[in-house]
Amino acid sequence: MSEKKSLKSTLLDPILANNPIGLQILGICSALAVTSKMETAALMSVSLTAVVACSNLFISLIRNVIPSSIRIIVQMVIIASLVIIVDQVLRAFFPDVAKQLAVFVGLIITNCIVMGRAEAVAMKTPPLPSFIDGLGNGLGYSAMLMMVATLRELFGSGTWFGMTVFQTQADGGWYIPNGLMLLPPSSFFIIGLLIWAIRAYKPEQNEAPAFVEADAAKPLYSPHGH
Amino acid sequence: MEYYLNIFIKAVFVENMALAFFLGMCTFLAVSKKVETAIGLGIAVVVVQTITVPVNNLINSFFLKEGADLWQLMGVDIDLSFIGLVVYIGVIAAIVQILEMVLDKFFPPLYNALGIFLPLITVNCAILGGTLLMVERDLNFPESVVFGLGSGIGWALALVAIAGIREKLKYADIPKGLEGLGITFIISGLMALGFSSFSGISL
Repeated sequence: MSEKKSLKSTLLDPILANNPIGLQILGICSALAVTSKMETAALMSVSLTAVVACSNLFISLIRNVIPSSIRIIVQMVIIASLVIIVDQVLRAFFPDVAKQLAVFVGLIITNCIVMGRAEAVAMKTPPLPSFIDGLGNGLGYSAMLMMVATLRELFGSGTWFGMTVFQTQADGGWYIPNGLMLLPPSSFFIIGLLIWAIRAYKPEQNEAPAFVEADAAKPLYSPHGH
Repeated sequence: MEYYLNIFIKAVFVENMALAFFLGMCTFLAVSKKVETAIGLGIAVVVVQTITVPVNNLINSFFLKEGADLWQLMGVDIDLSFIGLVVYIGVIAAIVQILEMVLDKFFPPLYNALGIFLPLITVNCAILGGTLLMVERDLNFPESVVFGLGSGIGWALALVAIAGIREKLKYADIPKGLEGLGITFIISGLMALGFSSFSGISL
């Protein structure tokens, strides 16, 4: 990261321009599994943002004394300790939601966003920018999670954060819930389409085609001359 | 015997790590461009998973869980389960490291084939996820061996399957913007739907 990059862009870039899920392919597991309801998704977002920001801060504070040969283990220990704190807090204050999140809170340890940012940024940058970068990437992850969870809960059960938005037919309303939205595979489709939308808006994120038709396959002569 | 076979089949198909629990997705999407590399990574995951789940099971039942064997022998009442996460990830990192050294020394061809994938496995959430699920379900030692093997094979199977599809897909005419990551997500979604048809099976 260059000196010129301002703190503000460090904070805001990951949300749309360099989204950790949409572009960097990081932290996808939990994005798929916890997004069937806003409540779990929100709690997961807050937990992950807290962990990635704090781990970036702490790793950056001790970056000059970590021997590079054991840095992965050191990073792991810091991240795992933070995750344990988050896990215990969730169990103490939100026991119901913590039960639904089950193993996924523990899996923040291996969430590649945390490791990826630690490796790419925290090992090289002073504490404040690292912290902001962690916060920004946490927010980017949260934004994606919120979007997916909103769509899934709204169309899957007609509610948002448990509040009724579409009255379902079972409760005497008009909306017939789309059961597919509650199944985990739907989040694949939603994220896939969201990526498409982001890339339509920002074409520079398009991937180069893996296979280009050979020149010889094109007609040597075409009557319209192109 | 039949009981263990059930656990195995269930771990491979019904509760497939990748397509039913969505664990190890990052690697699943990033390393599935070629069947060859997918097979290499798949084998590495099976090996590591089959070792780490039982080892963590032993550690859990001897040291960590409430009323663990060691503390009962010593007559003290300690519940260390809160520290589990650090211990499990440490064990996984250590086993991956040891495995790398052993393979390097005794099976150089395999080491060269797996090469870069081994260190990657430490941060594969399918591995830690397997351990956490094992702890959550309170499996005993033989069950955990079967579960580790089954979940590893299930993950590898899904990885090789999607790599095969992506290899064919290279030649397809996909809308710009959906190319690459986007279409891979949608294919995985379709595969997950397929695998969810196993979920009705009770063994």
